Amino acid sequence: MARIIVVTSGKGGVGKTTTSAAIAMGLAKKGHKTAVIDFDVGLRNLDLILGCERRVVYDFINVINGEASLNQALIRDKNCNQLYILPASQTRDKDALSLEGVGKVLDELSKDFDYIVCDSPAGIEKGANLAMYYADDAFVVTNPEISSVRDSDRMLGILSSKSRRAEKSEEPIKEYLLLTRYDADRVKSGEMLGLDDVQEILSLELLGIIPESKSVLSASNAGIPVILDEKSEAGQAYADVVDRYLGETRPHRFIDPKKGFLSRLFGGRK
Amino acid sequence: MLNTSPVLEFKSSTFFAPILILCSHDLVAIEEALQEKIRLAPEFFRDSPLIIDFRELNKLHLDLDFAQIVQLLRRVGFFPVGIRGGNELQNKQARELWIPIDTVRELGGTITIGETAKPEPSQPAAPQPAAVAPREPQPSIAPPAAPAPATLITHPIRSGQRIYATGDLIIMSQVSAGAEIMAEGNIHVYNTLRGRALAGVHGNTDARIFCFDLQAELISIAGDYKTSEDLNKQKYTHPVQIYLQNHALIIKEIA
Repeated sequence: MARIIVVTSGKGGVGKTTTSAAIAMGLAKKGHKTAVIDFDVGLRNLDLILGCERRVVYDFINVINGEASLNQALIRDKNCNQLYILPASQTRDKDALSLEGVGKVLDELSKDFDYIVCDSPAGIEKGANLAMYYADDAFVVTNPEISSVRDSDRMLGILSSKSRRAEKSEEPIKEYLLLTRYDADRVKSGEMLGLDDVQEILSLELLGIIPESKSVLSASNAGIPVILDEKSEAGQAYADVVDRYLGETRPHRFIDPKKGFLSRLFGGRK
Repeated sequence: MLNTSPVLEFKSSTFFAPILILCSHDLVAIEEALQEKIRLAPEFFRDSPLIIDFRELNKLHLDLDFAQIVQLLRRVGFFPVGIRGGNELQNKQARELWIPIDTVRELGGTITIGETAKPEPSQPAAPQPAAVAPREPQPSIAPPAAPAPATLITHPIRSGQRIYATGDLIIMSQVSAGAEIMAEGNIHVYNTLRGRALAGVHGNTDARIFCFDLQAELISIAGDYKTSEDLNKQKYTHPVQIYLQNHALIIKEIA
């Protein structure tokens, strides 16, 4: 049985798709057979981030409607043969998704995958609800700003009440916090919420802090998940996230501002 | 124009009113049964408001003149204040007598609305309030409600969630901004309260709110409220209790 992970946030533009691509790649690189599904029907993006947009023939909706088999629609990643992508349909909308249809596809995938990563669309409407409904774990992607935190809080309420696990009174979805686009310098100068401020409101298990990094945008443009850029801080942070999720202990990095040349020379005096 | 005090004020409140479920159209039998009930509890029924429920009667296709039953009820000392489940003719008659139609809404036990945050499974479900009379062949009226058990919640109440408790509400975790907690009794929050908290929602002016860290958006007891604009004038560093005194909310730190 596969473990189903939903990457969700409520708010848009916080880095859900970047995170989905990175952690799916990270899990696959560790040797786990992983599928990543784009639930953002009508605003297909995941295939771009993973650089497979030119190989999309069939999509998630075709599989739900029985117009294509799962094997026909799944795209094997060219960087890692353990990673498969199920793209969204660009010509349809979220109404094409159905609870039974999604359940059927996830059941079938569960048979021979270890992890299924569901890239949720923004919002709290049908697409987002279906992406999280069958989840076992939730990665709540939050930016250190008040509206993102508020939306994540709302999403956490939905996760704890509208999922399959909640409806069947099973063990609740395990919720993790992923703080993205974190700028330690701006936190220090008080322009941005810090980790403590966010945790005061959300109080979740922290899976990782992804620092704001130029490499994220260039990786997206190149269609290569940022986790493969091992030199970048964001790539390293995502690698830590995957390790922590798999149960390894990794100290949290990138919380404090980088020391400048002079302070490195003379030691961090406060 | 110096005197600017308002002429009137609207307030929302909830009252207890028995519902009379009619299962027979025999006016003589009804009157006898009512007299019997009143003899058993004269104080309870004295000048009591009453809502007349025609659903059973209409299910049995028994015809009853609304004006006649109202006359009968007034004669034995009730004040009919509402009708529900009436047919077209009965509703028309009710309107002519200025008696409101189908305005009675029922509240279930522990109601959670929207994304329901479930009460702890170990807690027994709150019983139905006594608003609904048992369906016996004789007209009957439920006894006053026993106090509802407290609802205990140990997980965080997230933004957008609403919790309703028929008795006291005890929350061990935080209540987020944008969340709403309501109780007919007292509210205890053993953590930070950032959302809205409404105690004594059925008009219990003795209800209180207790919380460890008051950062609420709104607090209300029995309909009297304060918003964060008023609340934030003072910073509370200790746990507080909030109660009602002469329609004013008093916030006091618990030393």
